[in-house]
Order: sequence, then C-alpha cells, then structure tokens
Amino acid sequence: MDNHSNKITANPKSLKYFYDFHQLMEQSEIIMVYAGEFSQALTKTLLSFTERKFNVEKLEDNVKRKIYNIMVEMLQNISKNALDNDHVITGNSPIFMIGESSDFYFLISSNKISNQNIPALKSRIDEVNSLDSEGLKQLYKEVRINGTFSKVGGAGIGVIDMARKSENALVYEFVRLNDEFSMYSLLIRVSRHV
Amino acid sequence: MVKELNIVGTEDTPGITFNSQTNVFELSGRSLPEDVVSFYKPVIEWLDELEKSPIENLEFSFKLDYFNTASSKLILDILLKVNDIFSDGTPMKIKWHFLAMDKDLEEAGEEFSELVEVPFELVAY
Repeated sequence: MDNHSNKITANPKSLKYFYDFHQLMEQSEIIMVYAGEFSQALTKTLLSFTERKFNVEKLEDNVKRKIYNIMVEMLQNISKNALDNDHVITGNSPIFMIGESSDFYFLISSNKISNQNIPALKSRIDEVNSLDSEGLKQLYKEVRINGTFSKVGGAGIGVIDMARKSENALVYEFVRLNDEFSMYSLLIRVSRHV
Repeated sequence: MVKELNIVGTEDTPGITFNSQTNVFELSGRSLPEDVVSFYKPVIEWLDELEKSPIENLEFSFKLDYFNTASSKLILDILLKVNDIFSDGTPMKIKWHFLAMDKDLEEAGEEFSELVEVPFELVAY
C-alpha cells in the first residue's frame, strides 16, 4: 500500500495500483469480488464459478451447500432490487464478495435500498438474530404460509433462510446516501466445519 | 383429459414431467428461477386440470437438489393443491427424495409433510 494514503487510485501509466489492490485482497482474505450490474445470468455465472472453486478445494459438502444457498438468496436479492432502484441514481453500485478466515467463510453483499424499507428489514434481521434454530424454523414456516410474496421479495423469508443456513448471527449496516436511499450491507458467516 | 408435462431442466430451473402411462409427476433438479410465478404457472394450470378430472393413485415425486426460498413457496402451493384434490376423495401419494447427507433437504421434506394429509414418504438416496 501507498504510505501516504489508504486510497488506491488507478493510474493509466503504472500497474502499481493493480498490485496494491491485489495485496489488499489477499490481506483481507477475499476470494472473490464482483461489483456492477447484477442479473440472473450473472447469478448463474458466479454460482458455477464458486462451485468449481470449492470442488477443487474439497470443501465439506454441507459447507458448500450452505454457501450455495446463501449466495443464491443474496445475489437474487441484489438483482431483484436492482430492477427497481438502479435507474434512479447512479453510483453506489451493488457489490458481492466471498472471503475466508481461519474459522469461517463469509459472504458480504451491499446494495442500495429505499429508506422506507429499512425499518421492516432491520426489525426482521434483529428478530432473526434473537432466535435459536428451532425458533427460526417456526418463523420460516409461519412466513412461508402467511407471507405475501411480492415481485421483488419474499416477505423477508430470504433473511430467515440465510440465518438458518448460516447458523451464525447476521451482521448488517445501513449507510444513508440521501433522503431516499441508503446502502444496505449484510455479512453472513458459515463455519468452516459444521 | 390431463395432459403430459415435459419441461426440460436447466441449471436454474427444474425438470418437470408427467407420464400418463406410469401416472408419475416428477419435479427434479435445481429450482432458482428468476421469476418463480411464471415458471411454475404451467404446473399450477396442470393441477387445475387434474382437479377437474382427477386420476387415482397418482404419484408426486420430488427429486430436488436445491430450491431457493421463492421456489419453496411455490412448492408449498403445489403440495396444498395436491392436498385439496386428495381431500376431495382421490387417493394419491407424495415421495420426497433427498440425498442422504443433505440434512437441510431432509428437514425441508419433513416440514412440507407436516402441512399435508396426503401419504408422504421421505426417501433417502
């Protein structure tokens, strides 16, 4: 990294920024990053890329399945929300990444959402984090039967399912962009050995 | 007359078949379509036809490797519809196949089985 600043800036005359970026990725234990336009086609591509990679690395089958499940919900959540929001303001494009530490694989997504959707989402995640596995199972069944499924989402059922698969608390943050939108970031951990 | 069904599976959508010789309806593979409601529409319409002219001892076989939460809702809709036809007096059965190591799919089958009265068999492979 540059000693004078934490910022990595693309310089068309040098590849140093690329080297710095690569170093940063390795230090942060990031396996994959994708930022930009999300779609169903991209979801399929990222899934098959990740599956191949994890097959080569011989991950435990149930760890692979958990990561796959969570990835689908995260990626489809981004691409479905993108349909509604992305034409409204530019910048702050959605991002998805996978990383690993000695104990966990972690998946992070960050995308723009309407401020008006924050209270319901926040209370759903807080509720999910307060429940044990039996409580999550009951909530999942209840929401699946009674929840109204809109075109965009499944009444927060994705969040419940991801929490069940993760078996770890969900970590989230909302960063306000303006009166209308915020960035919603979500970090989900899967233990390396389950 | 209930028609044959033959939807070929892809990497993100399941294969769906109904064979009128064997009387087996089968849903297999992976289910994570972009738009679940449109994808499953032919199945719901097929079930509407079945309700009008029921076939006895039909077997509903589920052999899924994976389904997303949105598909889970549609699978439930299918099972509840099957349950209605059963409750109206047409004997039928459901078989839920799962990979023996896949606890999540086994549990999903158990959860679905609690919601219907149709004979429901969990089959590990």
